[in-house]
Amino acid sequence: MSESEVRKDGVHGARPDREALVGKGLPGRGGGGRGRRGRRGGRGEKAMVPEAEFTSYYGRPVLKAPTWKASDVAAYLFLGGLAGAGSVLAAGAQLTGRPVAARALKISSLAAITGSTAALIHDLGRPARFANMLRVMKPTSPMSMGSWILAGYGPAAGAAAVLDATGLFPRLGAAATGAAAALGPAVTTYTAVLICDTAVPAWHEGRREMPFVFTGSAMSAAAGMALAAAPVRETGPMRTAALLGGVLELAAAKTLEHRAGLAAEPYKQGKAGRFMRAGEILSGAGTAGAVLLGGRSRAAAALCGTALLAGSTCTRFGIFHAGMQSARDPKYTVVPQRERVNAREAEART
Amino acid sequence: MGFFTDTSVCIGCKACEVACKEWNSVPEDGLEFTGMSYDNTQQLGADTWRHVAFIEQSKPIGQAEPGTDHGGSPGAASDGGGTDMRWLMASDVCKHCTHAACLDVCPTGSLFRTEFGTVVVQEDICNGCGYCVPACPYGVIDQRKEDGRVWKCTLCYDRIGGGLEPACAKACPTDSIQYGPLDELRERAALRVEQLHGIGVEDARLYGHDPDDGVGGDGAFFLLLDEPEVYGLPPDPVVTTRDMPSMWRHAGVAAAAMLGGLAAVFAAHGREGGAR
Ligand code: SF4
Ligand code: SF4
Repeated sequence: MSESEVRKDGVHGARPDREALVGKGLPGRGGGGRGRRGRRGGRGEKAMVPEAEFTSYYGRPVLKAPTWKASDVAAYLFLGGLAGAGSVLAAGAQLTGRPVAARALKISSLAAITGSTAALIHDLGRPARFANMLRVMKPTSPMSMGSWILAGYGPAAGAAAVLDATGLFPRLGAAATGAAAALGPAVTTYTAVLICDTAVPAWHEGRREMPFVFTGSAMSAAAGMALAAAPVRETGPMRTAALLGGVLELAAAKTLEHRAGLAAEPYKQGKAGRFMRAGEILSGAGTAGAVLLGGRSRAAAALCGTALLAGSTCTRFGIFHAGMQSARDPKYTVVPQRERVNAREAEART
Repeated sequence: MGFFTDTSVCIGCKACEVACKEWNSVPEDGLEFTGMSYDNTQQLGADTWRHVAFIEQSKPIGQAEPGTDHGGSPGAASDGGGTDMRWLMASDVCKHCTHAACLDVCPTGSLFRTEFGTVVVQEDICNGCGYCVPACPYGVIDQRKEDGRVWKCTLCYDRIGGGLEPACAKACPTDSIQYGPLDELRERAALRVEQLHGIGVEDARLYGHDPDDGVGGDGAFFLLLDEPEVYGLPPDPVVTTRDMPSMWRHAGVAAAAMLGGLAAVFAAHGREGGAR
């Protein structure tokens, strides 16, 4: 239907009347002032910056919320952290002569990384799709880097657990334990980069603190696992690790909530808010319990360990849902961007 | 190559939506009344690669007179029978960003940049991981529920490769959608804005035309008659991978803190049966 086509060598077949005059044919405006009433923010009229008035297209979201399911992806985040931090603790336990804790952590890391890979594959739909992830290596894609990290870490963690449990090839077992411990921190933190490298406001605005929230949360989960699985005489360092992890998790999460401005609101509201508060309470109580009572009774240690695991899980689900909430409400996308534009324009004028 | 969509001449006929579906064999995705406006397509998605937004506003447009009597139409203003509203129509599409977040984060290399500078998904490689979906700052690309893979506008890769213009531009009866080399389109767009300002449409502005913006400029840019957010567009989109080095750095510091912290913990506790 349209006759005109723009090509390299110019416009072809433009119709003479295509430059429509908007509003032509309706009664003219006559004098100056009329018609300007009620106009919001015509360019160059606004005297000052924010006032951050919020408009949207019928309240529809600007962004597409992640298609990920909480049961898959939030679990994937939690299990990855548990596995990664667990491998570091296992190596430490092994080196300092705490064999029961070391073995328990190696097994929990293998189970967790298997579970997290299964969650990922379930989210992808088919196992063949995981192999497809290794088609390229792209530093701009945390998911690509993560797949490669997993491809290295998974076998190491698996070998470490199996060789320890069977007692075969102790040298090889020690090497695998070391390799898993070296890759563990990467497994723990890459997922933070993964979710922050999106346009989802609650995640992207928290990009500086997120790796620390994840690290702290992972350390307290792994320490909790050790407390629940190993005898009291072996878990001294685990209790200190739980304290370290718990403090880091809480401090980083609080910094995030303070610094991310409007984008931090979802962390305090709705489903995400409830998960975050539950995470704080469980991690706080678990940490305090572990430090005060964890060295005395096996039962108390197990209880505190379970609380730490549950706290870490809640924090991950809270972070996941906060992202979903912030993607679904256009306010979180539009208002900060509008403030940015207004500030820039105000600056250009002065 | 790219699109310039001049929304000031759009009549909301949806020919582009239909032409796109026809040419690209995009499945039907629900024909329901939403009750939110005359826009029953709602948004861009896996099965909607062009979306015509309908915005109802009480605002004058150019020389149009608010309060003009359109003949007893519903919604007539109380002060004398005229209506006090205007329609804005705008055909939205994938922006084919110069720095495309969707392309950056795709772990399989399924999304790629074509020789025309556009961004296209290879359906046989896409893994359905869905990472590109929240990465897109415009909320364009989306997953098709039935097959788990993602779909979006290809700027008619097959047509432009054969020297044809994209189906939507071809079908647009008002030339609201124009296809061509970007620098030429930008020139035309600037002239059009000047012309509109000249006749009193002061709100006319370009969106996505600036190569210095947060996404390096869009391969599909627009002439709008109001703020972008009114059309459901983000006012200042940024490609998130811009912060990639800093994000990896923070993760690196966190990982090192974990290794160092735990090493210190074990060192302090010593061997089992030691200090504590
Ligand atoms: S608009 Fe979104 S889907 Fe289109 S190229 Fe840009 S980032 Fe990709
Ligand atoms: S869903 Fe497909 S196109 Fe999108 S990032 Fe994943 S593999 Fe790439």
